[in-house]
Amino acid sequence: MNTADNVVEMRSVSKGFNGVSVLKDVSFDVRRGEVHALAGGNGAGKSTLMKILQGVYQADAGEIIIGGKPAAINSIQDAKNAGIGMVFQEFSLVPSLTVAKNIFLAAEPLGAGGLIDDRASVRRAKEVFAEMEVDVDPRAEVSRLGTAYWQLTEIAKALSQNAQVLIMDEPTASLARHESEALFELIDRLKKRGISIIYISHRMDEVYRLADRITILRDGRRLLTEPLSAVTPEQIVEGIVGRKIEGQLAYRERDHAVHEGAPLLEVRGLNAGRRVRDVSFSLRPGEILGLAGLMGSGRTELARALFGIDRRDSGDILIRGKKINLNSPQQAIDAGVALIPEDRRAQGLVLDHSVRDNLLLPLLGQIQRGPLLNSTKGKDLSSSLIKKFAVKVAHPNRPVRLLSGGNQQKVVIAKWLGTNPDILILDEPTAGVDIGTKSEILDMIRELASAGKAVIVISSEYPELLAVSDRVLVLKDGSVIRDIPRSDIADEEYLQLAVQGV
Amino acid sequence: MSKANTIPAGDTAAPRNFGTFLKELDWRRYVIYIGFVVVFLFFAVLLRDQGFMTPQNLLNIFRQTATITVIAVGMTYVISCAEIDLSVGSVAGLASVCTAMAVSQWGLVPGILAGLAVGLVVGSINGALVSLLGIPSFLVTLGMLGIAAGVAQWITASAPQPILNDTFNMIFGSGDFGPVPGLVVWSALFVAAGAVVLNRTKFGRQVLATGGNRNAAEFTGINTKRIKFQVLLISGTVAAVAGMLYAGRLQSGRFQWGSGDELSAIAAVILGGTSLFGGFGSIMGTLFGALLIGLINNGLILAGLDSSQQQVVRGAIIILAVALARKK
Ligand SMILES: Nc1ncnc2c1ncn2[C@@H]1O[C@H](COP(=O)(O)OP(=O)(O)OP(=O)(O)O)[C@@H](O)[C@H]1O
Ligand SMILES: [Mg+2]
Repeated sequence: MNTADNVVEMRSVSKGFNGVSVLKDVSFDVRRGEVHALAGGNGAGKSTLMKILQGVYQADAGEIIIGGKPAAINSIQDAKNAGIGMVFQEFSLVPSLTVAKNIFLAAEPLGAGGLIDDRASVRRAKEVFAEMEVDVDPRAEVSRLGTAYWQLTEIAKALSQNAQVLIMDEPTASLARHESEALFELIDRLKKRGISIIYISHRMDEVYRLADRITILRDGRRLLTEPLSAVTPEQIVEGIVGRKIEGQLAYRERDHAVHEGAPLLEVRGLNAGRRVRDVSFSLRPGEILGLAGLMGSGRTELARALFGIDRRDSGDILIRGKKINLNSPQQAIDAGVALIPEDRRAQGLVLDHSVRDNLLLPLLGQIQRGPLLNSTKGKDLSSSLIKKFAVKVAHPNRPVRLLSGGNQQKVVIAKWLGTNPDILILDEPTAGVDIGTKSEILDMIRELASAGKAVIVISSEYPELLAVSDRVLVLKDGSVIRDIPRSDIADEEYLQLAVQGV
Repeated sequence: MSKANTIPAGDTAAPRNFGTFLKELDWRRYVIYIGFVVVFLFFAVLLRDQGFMTPQNLLNIFRQTATITVIAVGMTYVISCAEIDLSVGSVAGLASVCTAMAVSQWGLVPGILAGLAVGLVVGSINGALVSLLGIPSFLVTLGMLGIAAGVAQWITASAPQPILNDTFNMIFGSGDFGPVPGLVVWSALFVAAGAVVLNRTKFGRQVLATGGNRNAAEFTGINTKRIKFQVLLISGTVAAVAGMLYAGRLQSGRFQWGSGDELSAIAAVILGGTSLFGGFGSIMGTLFGALLIGLINNGLILAGLDSSQQQVVRGAIIILAVALARKK
């Protein structure tokens, strides 16, 4: 191997937070024009390694070599100067500014008299987008654009600063399927221009679609770096998870006797806002109903309406045959409904509060003695939830913000299952979650259904949807266009066509 | 000691050795207590000949900070819920004059009810505008600051309203409970009740959750509009009680009572470690924040600084304390 090909090399990097070691002696390199996948379980240290390369954190030991020379990267600005660009997981754009103003933020082209020349920035933004072969209006205000365009703007911003290496941390997490495909094509084009990409994702199909090489981290150590052709999918999964997983995505027939009974939930002619139109369906105990649809098809909005967050304009919701008023989440909770929302950081958790406080928030009524909360009861209850759902946490008093993505998701699920709901709605329950945890969550869903609960699962990942659903409801523009029993769905492709309304 | 904060410092469940305990002990959270002790010792040495340490002077400090402490307890709820209430000072003033007028017209009980009514009405209006119309509390209560002060001045034609009812004056601030000044009892009551409710009740947890992440609180079934309404109602009512304490101590109602107290109260709350962005609140911290401000005021007067110098030193100490307490 010729190290001169390496645009970036990290040698024996170690990093700890408050005495807890997160990265141990990790070496990592990127060659010109390659896509290098960085894989590993939740909390393995992927984002931390990349934040060191970006200058957000400084390594405790080790060195970074850029273009063959040791480089001191002590700030984000240093990283930018060294040609390292980042597509942030949490986007770093100013929503009230235009695309062009964002791209040249703090690097505005100046015109006569040292004043900012907005026309020049629009022109140059157009050039960058033309090189990327994508169509974005530089004069559009960012807040009016969808997430896919935000991402393109981020990429254009990095390219305008002459980035040679682009770091993408779970870039498809908030993209629709066709948008992801467009991103992949863009990555292919960037690669041809000699730009290197570090690609972090928990989705194996993406890694296979894009990557030339893969590095797997486990518990802060590098397990392997290999060309993708040299490792089998099984080896990768086992490397990430640390054990063999079989059949996680295979549909398993459960005991159907359970869901013969009367419907637990019935929805009749439900209308709510613009994205839920005349929706009717019913759900029996023990049944798992998958909701499929494109982004914007109204799946999340349907879930919100069922949980009393969005106002219902018309139609009825019946639980156990009784019409109920669902005008607030509290009423939904009282009726035995729980919603695990799609955005765990914004909607599921109070990030700065402790794991315990988060777990107990919907359960405060259970730990009251008289008007006061009983802290012993609270401790016992939260510890039992942590144990039951195998949440990995140093201490329940620690802020939930410090947990890795997968463990944060488990906290959200545990918090809701503590209320012992009869009807459970999960919106993208495995987003950002590693393969090992994903199979645990899918198993959890199956178990809950077997225990007689009615479950609704929303997912953009078809294999996952097909792995658990007994029935799939296909939504389009807010309406149900198909209601398909699992046994009628031959494969992913069938579902994909159904979703597109073909 | 009762836990004044919802984020406990170390581990209470599993035993750990003292070294790790010390390392994990987040001293920034205790800056207010450390600061209080340091400033106290500093004055005790520097002003030993000016009578700083006499019981009389120390009681005076408590007495002078009582109204701010009471207001600041209500303010802690508002700020930890990620809102602000700028109207508390003028609400106190308005309550003092309404109480005074009602006492002299109709007697003791109607007087007390009139004072409380001021707080309930103003607090409800603030709360309704913020939670139902979604107007930022900064703007609503800024407007209310002017309105309440204006009304107080208007209905009294700027004249002080003397209170000749001795029972009222005894209850609200002039009287003593044995050796303990009544004002000290009042602030102890508010601090104790405030701390228990914030840390040990469902309502308190819901206030903190709403302040920490309103969206997540909403998705958890918390009626965040109601919570926002309630904290502003509490703050208004508590400010009205503080107004009655002014009236009782000074044996009159006057529109100027309490003016500017909103800033001292906010300073006390922030000094006490409550997050200006919501989500965390400490009533014990607030108490010590208020005491620290009182201590500084008292010490600077004894040291012979004139009021302009006092303002400068007080401002500098507050900035320093907040700077030390901030998260890195
Ligand atoms: N600022 C921090 N302070 C303390 N611990 C941290 C901090 N940032 C990360 N950690 C810890 O470091 C470990 C690695 O985190 P990191 O975010 O790098 O994982 P990851 O591989 O990106 O996981 P995921 O796939 O969930 O995104 C985790 O255990 C996390 O809790
Ligand atoms: Mg990460």
